[in-house]
Amino acid sequence: MLHTVNKSPFDTHDLHNCARFVDAGDVLLLLEDGVYAAQAGTVQSHLVADMISRCAVYALQADLAARGISDLIPGVALADYDKFVDLVEQHKVQAWL
Amino acid sequence: MANDAFKLMITVRKAPHGSIYVQEAIEVMFIMASFDMDLSIVFLDDGVYALKQGQNTKELGIKGFSASLAALADWDVKNVYVDGDSLTQRNITPEQLVSVGEDEETGQPLHPRVLTTDELRVLMHQQDSILSS
Repeated sequence: MLHTVNKSPFDTHDLHNCARFVDAGDVLLLLEDGVYAAQAGTVQSHLVADMISRCAVYALQADLAARGISDLIPGVALADYDKFVDLVEQHKVQAWL
Repeated sequence: MANDAFKLMITVRKAPHGSIYVQEAIEVMFIMASFDMDLSIVFLDDGVYALKQGQNTKELGIKGFSASLAALADWDVKNVYVDGDSLTQRNITPEQLVSVGEDEETGQPLHPRVLTTDELRVLMHQQDSILSS
């Protein structure tokens, strides 16, 4: 299962709610305002840090660049648009809108 | 400006790029700046992300608004504030914020002024009106 989260963890509980249902072998893709969860050292960083031990975590590169985020939580992988398409092809998608 | 000028605060509380709120707030700032009033802009909660340096929206195919923010002082928008707690929660230092123009006399870059929750609360209570976005 590919889980996508596109909201800031400071603004909604979408990532928090998603985390409950992520299974071993699942993939989390952070995009749009969801990429704020990938930044290291914030009061919400623990959400992604905890998930990395259970599943692969990607953040969409274009959205990171647009928001000036470069200080990522260790273990977060970068995804370009081609990788985004690959992930969608390879998994069923659950969008936590 | 007269001391009895209308005191208007515009708050920016949403993250940039994911929605149109911040862009709209900046439009409103420029409109309100053309009236003779005592205008304050406050960035708080996810709104502080709008002020972060190094935002490159090229790959998203949108213009972004860093140029607009850098011109605020030119439009006489000089009371630009940012909530210190919101910065701390997001691991952003004041040095990582963009400038909002240059000081007319010294030519030095003007930075948003970091305020505490207590200072912001007082400022909010002093306003005649507050516009949220």
